[in-house]
Amino acid sequence: MANDSGSRIGGISVASSMILNIAFVILSLICFLPVLLVIIVSFTDGQSILTQGYSFVPDKWSLIAYESIFKDFQTILSGYRVSFTITILGTALSVLLMALYAYPISRADYPFRNAFTFFLFFTMLFNGGMVSRYLIYTQVLHIKDSYMALILPMLIVPFNVIIMRTFFQTTIHPAVIESARIDGAGELRIFLRIVLPLSLPVLATMALFSTIGYWNDWFNALLYISSEDKYPLQYLMMRVLNDVQYLRNNVELAAQNPTMMKNLPNESLQMAMAVIGMGPILIAYPFFQKYFVKGLTVGAVKG
Amino acid sequence: MTRATGFSRFIHAMWKYKALTLMMLPAVLVLLAHSYLPMFGIFIAFKNVNYIDGIWGSPWVGFDNFKFLFSSGDMWRIVRNTLLYSLTFMILNLVLSVSIAVAINEIRRRFLAKAYQSFIILPHFLSMVVVSYLVYAFLQPDHGFINATVLKAFGQDAVFWYSEKEYWPYILVFVNAWKHAGFGAVIYIAAIAGIDPEYYEAALIDGASKWKQITNITIPFIRPVIIIMTILSMGSIFSSDFGLFFQVPMNSGALYPVTDTVDTYVYRALMQLNDIGMSSATALVQSVVGFIMVIATNSAVRQIDREQALF
Repeated sequence: MANDSGSRIGGISVASSMILNIAFVILSLICFLPVLLVIIVSFTDGQSILTQGYSFVPDKWSLIAYESIFKDFQTILSGYRVSFTITILGTALSVLLMALYAYPISRADYPFRNAFTFFLFFTMLFNGGMVSRYLIYTQVLHIKDSYMALILPMLIVPFNVIIMRTFFQTTIHPAVIESARIDGAGELRIFLRIVLPLSLPVLATMALFSTIGYWNDWFNALLYISSEDKYPLQYLMMRVLNDVQYLRNNVELAAQNPTMMKNLPNESLQMAMAVIGMGPILIAYPFFQKYFVKGLTVGAVKG
Repeated sequence: MTRATGFSRFIHAMWKYKALTLMMLPAVLVLLAHSYLPMFGIFIAFKNVNYIDGIWGSPWVGFDNFKFLFSSGDMWRIVRNTLLYSLTFMILNLVLSVSIAVAINEIRRRFLAKAYQSFIILPHFLSMVVVSYLVYAFLQPDHGFINATVLKAFGQDAVFWYSEKEYWPYILVFVNAWKHAGFGAVIYIAAIAGIDPEYYEAALIDGASKWKQITNITIPFIRPVIIIMTILSMGSIFSSDFGLFFQVPMNSGALYPVTDTVDTYVYRALMQLNDIGMSSATALVQSVVGFIMVIATNSAVRQIDREQALF
């Protein structure tokens, strides 16, 4: 976090402080305005789009896009269901497995510490590549078109395991573990009752990383998922936008299929899709971002 | 110390720490399935895979897949794009992240600094699909904000963004910086927060200017973090953000000369051309180059300063 430089000696002059603040306001706007534009377009009347294009100040507002989305509620609902299932299952499993791996390699007295650290680290250095992974997933593990194909790729993130290990090393004093052992607690009990409760900040940060990762993932769906009832929301959005683009690029195809053109989602509808996809993140954002910065700060300080 | 006692010690250690080792088992299995099995799958690059014989039964063809790849002419294009974009992103994002971190540290009012920070890390949490929608809202040819509002106001003709390739290098660099610079800054902000304020007090007593303080205290202190981040990003110098290059330009064919990278190429070779041999050859080249880059960067860092190397 930034130091409270109000009280710090040697702060910058009032003029440069003004310039700095103006620069940051502009930067913040650049980051936020695109999101705002999409939200506004999703609430814009179709006629306004035709006359003035996408605008921050539309002539006429309308809820029609959301009404038509909720008419086709089944698809959206299914997308939400898949995304939530994947995110909750994936995050819970991911944080648990990473903590279970990070804890032993954080223990100075564990004799196989280096071997297992290398086993993890090597996966950061070298990988078999996308094709080989695709073939292993589809022909060896046989998890094509299953939820497993969406969960497995992001279960263990080596870099996050290393951050966790550093956290355990720096915050959990060996004496605490030693005294628990003298009291007759087993390893698993020590881990669950002592180590995990002391590590809430890093666990929360990892849960957050995981949640964002699973919620935003569309690439694995693109590779492995073929049945529509297993499409996560992001992948659904991607298909909507790509279908539109595809028809734009293929005018002849569009001319031959007037009904297809008619059924194309109109533009405020596409943007409403995007808003629905961003929704949960934008709503949760104010709550988690504070926590996230804190957790990252703790994890980033080298032990 | 005889071998026997060494071995029995090992067994003893295994037994004594069996609980800890068992804890790691689930993650070990995941790593095996997701990371190590595909490593053994790289032999596919040396086979002519067809569906009749299956993966295991297909004939070995040595380096034919690679020959085909390098002679197809695509190789030069995708390698050039991938490397140029990766390097540009790396340098620009580093400069932006460090600048933002140093600047935010100078904001006097804490609540303002926090507010700015919330805004600039927001893009990091949006998926590339969402980002492609945001870009589309600006660049859509008929109604997009740029064509319908900005260019109109200046009396300019509309630009067909998704078929004009000369703009895309700039668009992609901008989108990438927009998405990642703020998040990168958070890591450096954390590092700067850990610097002992006494150093700055001492510098003030010596009459050091703000600029001097930044160059002589702040930057040297966050140098280890910069170096670690650089080593790690070196490993992916030959990979690209698939979402950025595939999703944001809408996989538009007219833009391939400037948007096609190793990853999008591998994906298309696999999914659209069904050419398993060539796509796995490309993916293997990618992995090997990444591996060499990490090792090379790390040993370069070791030469300069042993302490700061990753391994």
